[in-house]
Amino acid sequence: MAQPAVSMRGITKRFPGVLANDCVDFEAAPGEVHALLGENGAGKSTLSHVLTGLYHPDEGEITLFGERVAFTSPRDAIDAGVCMVHQHFRLVERFTVAENLVLGDKRGAGRRFRIDPRAVESQVRALGERYHLPVDPHAHVWQLGVGEQQRVEILNALYQDARVLILDEPTAVLTPEEADTLFLTLREIAAEGRTVIFISHKLHEVMAVSDRVTVLRAGKVIATVPTAGASAQSLASLMIGHDVEAAQRPANGRDAGAEVLEVEGLWAQGDRGVAAVKGVSLTLRAGEVVAVAGVAGNGQRELAETIAGVRPSTKGSLRVDGRHLKSGDVRASFDAGIRYVPEDRLGTGVSPSLSLAMNLELRSYRKSSLGPFLRLRKMRENAEKAIVDFDIRAPGPDVPAANLSGGNLQKVVIAREFAGEMKVLIAASPTRGLDVSAVATVHSYLLDAAARGTAVLLFSEDLDEILALNDRVVVMYEGQLSEVADRESIEEIGLRMAGGTPDAAAAAAEAP
Amino acid sequence: MNNSLLVVLIASGVAYGTPLLFAALGELLAERSGVLNLGVEGMMLVGAVMGFWTVERVHAGTAVTLVLALAIAAVAGTVMAAIHAFLVITLRANQIVSGLALTIFAGAAGLSSYLGNDLNLADQPASKTFHAFLPSGMQDIPVIGPILFGQNALVYVSWLCVIAVGLYLSRTRPGLNVRAVGESPAAADTMGINVTAYRYAHTLAGGAFAGVAGATVTLAITPQWVDGITGGAGWIAIALVIFAFWRPELCLVGAYFFGALQALAPQLQARNISLGPTTLWTNSLPYVMTILVLVVVSSGTARRRLGAPSALGTAYVREEH
Repeated sequence: MAQPAVSMRGITKRFPGVLANDCVDFEAAPGEVHALLGENGAGKSTLSHVLTGLYHPDEGEITLFGERVAFTSPRDAIDAGVCMVHQHFRLVERFTVAENLVLGDKRGAGRRFRIDPRAVESQVRALGERYHLPVDPHAHVWQLGVGEQQRVEILNALYQDARVLILDEPTAVLTPEEADTLFLTLREIAAEGRTVIFISHKLHEVMAVSDRVTVLRAGKVIATVPTAGASAQSLASLMIGHDVEAAQRPANGRDAGAEVLEVEGLWAQGDRGVAAVKGVSLTLRAGEVVAVAGVAGNGQRELAETIAGVRPSTKGSLRVDGRHLKSGDVRASFDAGIRYVPEDRLGTGVSPSLSLAMNLELRSYRKSSLGPFLRLRKMRENAEKAIVDFDIRAPGPDVPAANLSGGNLQKVVIAREFAGEMKVLIAASPTRGLDVSAVATVHSYLLDAAARGTAVLLFSEDLDEILALNDRVVVMYEGQLSEVADRESIEEIGLRMAGGTPDAAAAAAEAP
Repeated sequence: MNNSLLVVLIASGVAYGTPLLFAALGELLAERSGVLNLGVEGMMLVGAVMGFWTVERVHAGTAVTLVLALAIAAVAGTVMAAIHAFLVITLRANQIVSGLALTIFAGAAGLSSYLGNDLNLADQPASKTFHAFLPSGMQDIPVIGPILFGQNALVYVSWLCVIAVGLYLSRTRPGLNVRAVGESPAAADTMGINVTAYRYAHTLAGGAFAGVAGATVTLAITPQWVDGITGGAGWIAIALVIFAFWRPELCLVGAYFFGALQALAPQLQARNISLGPTTLWTNSLPYVMTILVLVVVSSGTARRRLGAPSALGTAYVREEH
């Protein structure tokens, strides 16, 4: 084979208490799409940050096109032609697209003291046409959707003439359709002889886009295989190292029970003061899991918060067991039997600096305390019991919640919310960022709750999770819900996530 | 005509507004880089005392002495700002706490007061001052004469500064970089912009401007030194930056507006115009306005809508894990 574009040899990177990369060897050829596959925490991001100069490896060496390099900053890497599209975009939101491109430009026009962002606009348009990345160079980044912002990031890398382009979980913010377009763009970039490194933990994406796959597990390279010779199953077992028994909903399980939660014509505002939930009606029955699919930012968080009583509604009504619920009253919602596992578990789910015991008591201390005094010993005993019951891995009940890992934090939230009579459970992206075994644990808790007659409303962006757990699927798009007829049809869910309906798609297919 | 209340009010609004304008331009530069410096009042007071001290101690030509006084005031302000910069940029201390501490440390009854009393600067008029210097023919032109030509040299310097800062931010590469640092330090860092260097440079420049603003008070507005002579102008300047949506040209308008408010009370008094039993309300008007502005914009969403730099008040840490 020709000289590799990227060659990393024996890369070791240690963080306090963690060996993030353990003597990793990685190689990518010019003109290939190389997937870096692994679970959360397997060391993919660390490896890419070493390659882009954000981290300095403790050991090992990197060669680019045969030349030894030692980057001390992301800028060094960009100058050498290594650009990264981060999960959290590195764009200045208040700048225009053109200004953002000029910002990183250290060649030609961009070097001059006087700047003129208008000068790059024609270049932006030309690049956009060539790579299917249409973007208005005048637009301010904050006006763009996430998909468009990602295009700007990729354009920026191409504008810097990247020879190696790294994308960190790029599809997390995209609809399935947008993801397909992205894959097309990536193939074109690779066809020009550039190297694309595609970081993901989603198997079907890796299968769809890559030429070769390097699998990381616990900081080590497990294997590098050509995609053509691999299957999703073989990659999964490489990635996980053992078979994980996935929680599976019994197909069209039990009869749905009585109606527990009735949402009617609900409207609510987002943080910026514009309507985010626009006339949502939904009925949940006891014992069913209703999954809400959708691309992030379509009002899911606001809907979850409104039902949980955290956010007041502006119109419409909520009823639990037929009784009207006051809007925006968390305590009333809790007393009515609504439980809430929020999306942002560290910021909203717990109070990070309070102890584990105190966090477990946040919902119930009013009832358990003696007048103004907390019963600390009782709290600690309850916490010790919860640690055992929910298998929370923590040094003890007094440890601050912030010191727990994501999975254990989620167990703390679940342990607290599951107390008392739970009629409705709202779980917002409950497994985001958790490793595979913690995901399985959280799933089993959700299914247990449903089996005990709780109506579960699961918000998720992960289609695999939605397909595994749901009794019914609804899709949220621009503040409104639409029911998916076939709960196992990825196509229909994907279509609705992009704002389409099957009828419209059928009509479009028929039209000449 | 040139003695009509409106003309005099505008003309003295320009004069009184000039220290506000210098201080606001400096604070604007610091805030555009993401550093909130509530120490403006303290930095101004140190600049005020050091500028006055230079004029009293240096015996050279008037022009040389005054320029030297400005330079020393600027250096004094820079040194004060360096304390804040080190605390909040290098040590990542809370910017609000550090800025307040700076004003308490350097301000009235603090360092500036100690310096002024120790150097025996109180109760004497400045021996050399900035005053109107253009030919009286120009100053006597109806209406625009006193407003545009009857000003001291610092007013014209401040106009140049507004133009320079405006062009710097909108048309130059370092200006683009500093805006990026204030909006999204992570993006700027990725693009190879030295966030720490930019923040230091602009915080220090802010200090220099505040020092000059202080010297403007003691050498042009009220040419003497007494403890706490700036009388809260630093706080007004901070409100002014918000009031001006972080834009230098609007700082100028706002500064003259607040300057005119400050000039209102003495002018009314001089003309024996009484607007009630007390002049209390005219004296307090600039401060009331400041408090109102600060209250209105203190909510995060309001600030974002007004155009505050997104990273204002937050330290930057590169490692994200």
